[in-house]
Amino acid sequence: MLKFDHVSKRYPETGDVLTEVSFEMRRGEMAFLTGHSGAGKSTLLKLIAMMELANRGQVFLDGQNLNRLSPRKIPFMRRKLGLIFQDYKLLVDKTVFDNVALPLMVAGYGRHDIAKRVRAALDKVGLLGKEKKYPLALSGGEQQRVGIARAVVNKPQMILADEPTGNLDPELSQEVMHLFEQFQQVGVTVLIASHDLFLIKKMGYRILKLDHGRLVNG
Amino acid sequence: MTKAQVKNNIGFKDKLHAYLFSHLHAFFSSLGRLVASPVSSIMTVIVLAVAIALAASFYMVVANAKQLTGSIEASNQLSVFLKASVNEQQGREFFRELQQHSNIQSLSYISKQQALQEFKAQSGFGAVLEILSDNPLPIVIQALPKDSLKDNFEIKALATEIGNHPQVDVVQLDMDWLRRLQAIMQMLGRGVMLINALLAIAVIFITGNTIRLELQNRKDEVLIAKLVGATHAFVQRPFIYTGFWIGLAAGLCAWLILLVLLWTMQGPVEQLSLLYHSQFDLLFPNLLETLTIIFSSSLLGVLGAWSVLLHQLNLIKPQ
Repeated sequence: MLKFDHVSKRYPETGDVLTEVSFEMRRGEMAFLTGHSGAGKSTLLKLIAMMELANRGQVFLDGQNLNRLSPRKIPFMRRKLGLIFQDYKLLVDKTVFDNVALPLMVAGYGRHDIAKRVRAALDKVGLLGKEKKYPLALSGGEQQRVGIARAVVNKPQMILADEPTGNLDPELSQEVMHLFEQFQQVGVTVLIASHDLFLIKKMGYRILKLDHGRLVNG
Repeated sequence: MTKAQVKNNIGFKDKLHAYLFSHLHAFFSSLGRLVASPVSSIMTVIVLAVAIALAASFYMVVANAKQLTGSIEASNQLSVFLKASVNEQQGREFFRELQQHSNIQSLSYISKQQALQEFKAQSGFGAVLEILSDNPLPIVIQALPKDSLKDNFEIKALATEIGNHPQVDVVQLDMDWLRRLQAIMQMLGRGVMLINALLAIAVIFITGNTIRLELQNRKDEVLIAKLVGATHAFVQRPFIYTGFWIGLAAGLCAWLILLVLLWTMQGPVEQLSLLYHSQFDLLFPNLLETLTIIFSSSLLGVLGAWSVLLHQLNLIKPQ
């Protein structure tokens, strides 16, 4: 599903952020990406989400070399991904329903289909009945679950989560992680960047550890 | 096959419906946004409306002037004034003689009596004329040269030829004056066209700037839409419609402004025309012209939005 082949990323301001990173993830695999802050976790995820391009090496997603993808095809490739952010990135002037519906609108689903799928996704994260609320009226944990519902509503092949539990208490974190496990169990590839080592170790999945831009185990 | 890998099969008909829905959504949500921030919307629309009303008024000035010169064009003929000594019988004879002339298309005969009545009706000097025992007005024959005589020189030659006839007092020819007027009209028309082109450019830039600000305000939304796989077409759709709505509203306002301007001018113009003893009706924009104002205004709005989106969307990273 995902393959990094000697990938390096350098920013003009900060120098090398990733150096010679190589690893593969099978379809339906779940893994954690960890490391100190500034180790390159977010950058690695950005490369997969096509928010950045590698300077050297190749990133393959679903068999496609992302370096060679034409800008026209990027939107369609992104629809295979579900992105989850630490700061949720919800639109505060839109209802929960509209936030979750966005990927479906973008992908060209009909109105009835959208309503059906949005409710299913909200049901999955336990927020059914809050469709008409605005994000700021929800707690942090609820907002994160809206973000998760939005990420999975279009049934992506892979979920990328950047510190999804960064702003949540341990109990909520556990719940969110459990959600990810459920998606993995139905065949979705899941990659979660997190520095919550205690929680990660307890769950017992594969751990990719970055140290100053280098992959030290994985 | 696992659940996640099940392809999202969407039929063509559903896709079409969804596409139309997406357009409708963008269409009305963009209108909703404009209504939600009325002050800035109204300010933009008024600036645009003034520019468009200005362009439309220039056009109406030319259209009205054309109407005026058009009616003069119809009198593009020779007025042959016969000598006062010529009586009705001689006049008729001369009229028949001119009818045989190969370079004359049509003729009309105005007898002394007719001329007097016309003068009484139009000048308001009827009472004064009552005092006169004799009718002082001459017989007039109006001659319209054939179309083949487009050349100024040929028409002048015809005038001279008729003028040489012993019964003719004077032949009046307004050709030169008419030509000058036409040249002025042409120049005026060209000038208005250029000014209107400049105004159109201004409208495009004003709309473009409004859309650019709107894009800045909604940067997050654009970014998130891109991250969940929105194409450029999807992202720019609501902004294009915003341009359309602004243009449409500006077009309607401009039309209203134009009507108010014309209504305000109507009184003085009629008064002036009355002083010249003529019946001049101020032209108002007809249906086609009204639609043209509204349509071109909307089109300029769309163009303004589109020109800005073309490069501004790429500035919002990621691609």
